[in-house]
Parts: sequence; structure tokens; C-alpha cells
Amino acid sequence: MLDINPGLIIWTIITFALLVVVLGKFAWKPLLQALQAREQEIADSLKKAEEAKKDAERMMQENKIAMEKASTETARLIAEGRAMAEQLKSDIVAKANESAKKLIDQAKDEITREKESALAQLRSEVADLSISVAEKILDESLDGAKQKKMVDKVLQQLQKN
Amino acid sequence: MFSWILFSDKNIDHGSIDTVHAVVDTAAHAAGEHGGKENVFTELLHHIKDGSEIELPFIGHVHLPHFHVFGIDMSVTKHVVFLWLAAIILIVALSIVARKNLKNKVPRGFGNLIEVFVMFVRDEIVIPNMGKGGLKYLPYLLTNFFFILAMNLLGLFPYGASATANVSVTAGLAIIAFLMIQISAIRAQGFGHYLGHLTGGVHWALWPIMIPIEVLGLFTKPFALCIRLFANMTGGHIVILALIGLIFVFKTIVVAPISIAFALGIYMLELFVAFLQAYIFTMLTSLFMGLGMQTESHGSEQGHGH
Repeated sequence: MLDINPGLIIWTIITFALLVVVLGKFAWKPLLQALQAREQEIADSLKKAEEAKKDAERMMQENKIAMEKASTETARLIAEGRAMAEQLKSDIVAKANESAKKLIDQAKDEITREKESALAQLRSEVADLSISVAEKILDESLDGAKQKKMVDKVLQQLQKN
Repeated sequence: MFSWILFSDKNIDHGSIDTVHAVVDTAAHAAGEHGGKENVFTELLHHIKDGSEIELPFIGHVHLPHFHVFGIDMSVTKHVVFLWLAAIILIVALSIVARKNLKNKVPRGFGNLIEVFVMFVRDEIVIPNMGKGGLKYLPYLLTNFFFILAMNLLGLFPYGASATANVSVTAGLAIIAFLMIQISAIRAQGFGHYLGHLTGGVHWALWPIMIPIEVLGLFTKPFALCIRLFANMTGGHIVILALIGLIFVFKTIVVAPISIAFALGIYMLELFVAFLQAYIFTMLTSLFMGLGMQTESHGSEQGHGH
């Protein structure tokens, strides 16, 4: 067990040397190749995944910006619409007010005119009446008391009218 | 320069062999008083020792061939068989897994498990210790890790044996580690810088002291790797066998539940140690290679901190 056996040392060295050569060719080369290929693939996949993630993030950022833009645009449009409607409303009201005023003014003018014409008619009527009264008085003999009475009567009649 | 390692190993080994014998003798003597046989301990050591025959279920003992090449005993021993078994299992299993993993985009089951270990060696051992430049030594370190792991685990099967529980096997692995450490350092810094490194960057008057220390340092690292792996793998086996041996020493069934419970605990510990030692051997080799590969001046200071 403890004595050195040169033959065994030589056998060990020969066996080991052969084993290195054989395993090197049939085991380590393909094993390490497979390992390296897989590691390369994993690294590549990770890189791709990283890129995809970055792309997705960028797209999300873009979407967010677009959405923000859209929402501000909508708000602007709504505000614009509201302002326009307000404008339109006030315009319509103003126009309506104006036309109503015009109508009222026209009516007033009409009334004034009618009144004036009525007064003028009345005046001419009164004048005619006075003339006829004066004729009657002149027809009947003009006695003082009667005359006075008649005048009063006419005046009273006028007042009643 | 390797003879130097072997020589120093032998010096230490003789010391430890004496100690082990002393312990075994005392224990055998104590057991003898209780009516046990010395046999238990020889049997115990027999299980860990290398041998010229292997035991197979239902077949029994199979004798292995003996032969010498250039006067060196190159006999196929039990540990050589398990060395090869580990190598064959690795070649078959890993080449199947490699082919499958190349086809499947997502590896499952065993393929996934192997890949976890491969990735661990690459990302937690090689790159932190050696940087990106260390990746060209990755096949060596991966083989180192899986080979040691396979040998360690084979010892946990019934009828199995850990080749790594043999100091010659770990010495062989350490010699390769030593060569790889020097080669990677020379390739990274150039031979001149590599030699300059051995002076430790001190005044030339101190070189006669510094150079032997640095040269010694080159050998202590793999030597420690060799002994650490061997001792860890042997230790667990001895503890398990000793616990089981207690039943035969005391010659009573009453000890059996306790022995087996403890042996099971140690077995699980050994399972962990099998992985741990494969990791430590690989990690330290990678660390030493990384230290040698540093070209900056402060690298040499870090390199001599041990």
C-alpha cells in the first residue's frame, strides 16, 4: 500500500495521458461547444428581450404622449365650442332684443300717429259743430238769455264728448 | 528530478509504514487477548493493498498477468484494473453525454449533472484561479477532476477498490500536475523569466539560500497533492474496515448494529470526500498553475506565500 511501485506510476501516467486525449476529443470539445453555444444563445435572447422591453417602453411613452395630446385637444375643442355657443347665444339674444325694441318703437310711432290724426279729426269735427251751432243760433232769433243757454248747452255737449 | 520525489517519498513512507505496523501490532495484541485473531488486521490491510488478483462476484479470484518492460515491473495489478475501469467508464459515459448535450438544447438528467460539474470546473476553478488564459488547460483539469472522482467512487462499490488509495497512482497524478504547472509557467512567462522566478527576486547574495528553497517549493506542491489524495482515500477505507472488523474482533453480534451504523456514517462521509478530494486536487493544481502564469512582478510575491 505504501511502497512506491514505478510500474503503477507509469501506468497511471499512460492512462491519464490517453484519457486526456480521448476525452478531449470526444467529450470536452462537444460538451464545451454545446455549453458555449447555449450561453451565447441565452445572452442573445436576453439582449433581444432587453431591446423588446425598451421598444415597448418607448411605444408606451409615445402612446402616453399621444393620449395627452388628444385629451388637451379635446378640452380645447370643447372650450372653443362652448365659447362659440355663448357668442351665438348672446348674439341671438341681442338681435331679438333689438328687433323687439324696433317693434315697440314702431308701435309707439303708430300710436302717436293715430292719436294725432284722431285729434286732428276731432278738431275739425269740433270746428264743424261750432259752425253748425253758430248757424242754428243765428237762425233762431238771438235773444240774450236763450243764446247764453244754448252756448252753455253746446259747451256741455262738447265737454261730454 | 522525479527520482528526487520518489526518494523523498520513500523516506517518509518508511516512517509511516513503521507507525502503521506498530499500531496494527498493538491492536492485534489487544485483540488476541480478547480471543480475536491477527488475521482480521491482515485481512483489513489486504482490502486496501494493491494485489495481483481481483475478486469478482460469483466468479471468485481472477489472477492478473505479470510482465516486465525494460526491467520495470509493469504487471497489471488490481489498481491498474480499476484505473482502466474508471477511464473506460468516463470515456463511454462522457462521450454519450457530450453527443446528447450537443443535440439537446436543454440537457436533462445525467447530461445536466455532468454539465453542472463541467461548468463548476470552468467557472469556479479555472477562471478565478487562472483567468481566461487558463481555458486552454481546461481539458486537462476537467480530465483530472473526473478521473479522480471516478476512481474515488469506484472504491465505494462492493468488490471495488479506489486506485487513488494507492500512493503510486496519486504520485503519477502529481507528476502530471507538476509537469503541467511547470509547462504552463514556462509557456506564459518564457523560460528566462521562469528561471528568474526561482531566485525569488532577492539580492544576488541571497541566491544560494533562495534558489534551493524555491526549487524545493516546486516539488512540495505536487508532493502535497499526492499525499493528500492518497491519505484521504485510504483513511476512509481503513476506518470503515476497522469498524466492520470490530465485529470479528469482539466475536459478538451485539457490536454489529453499532459498527454498521458508524460504518454507514463514514461511508456517507467518504462519498462526500470522494467529491471533495477530486475538487481539491483540481483546484490546487489550477491555483498553482495560475500562480506560475502570472507575469507581473507582484505575482511572484503571491506565489511564494505558502
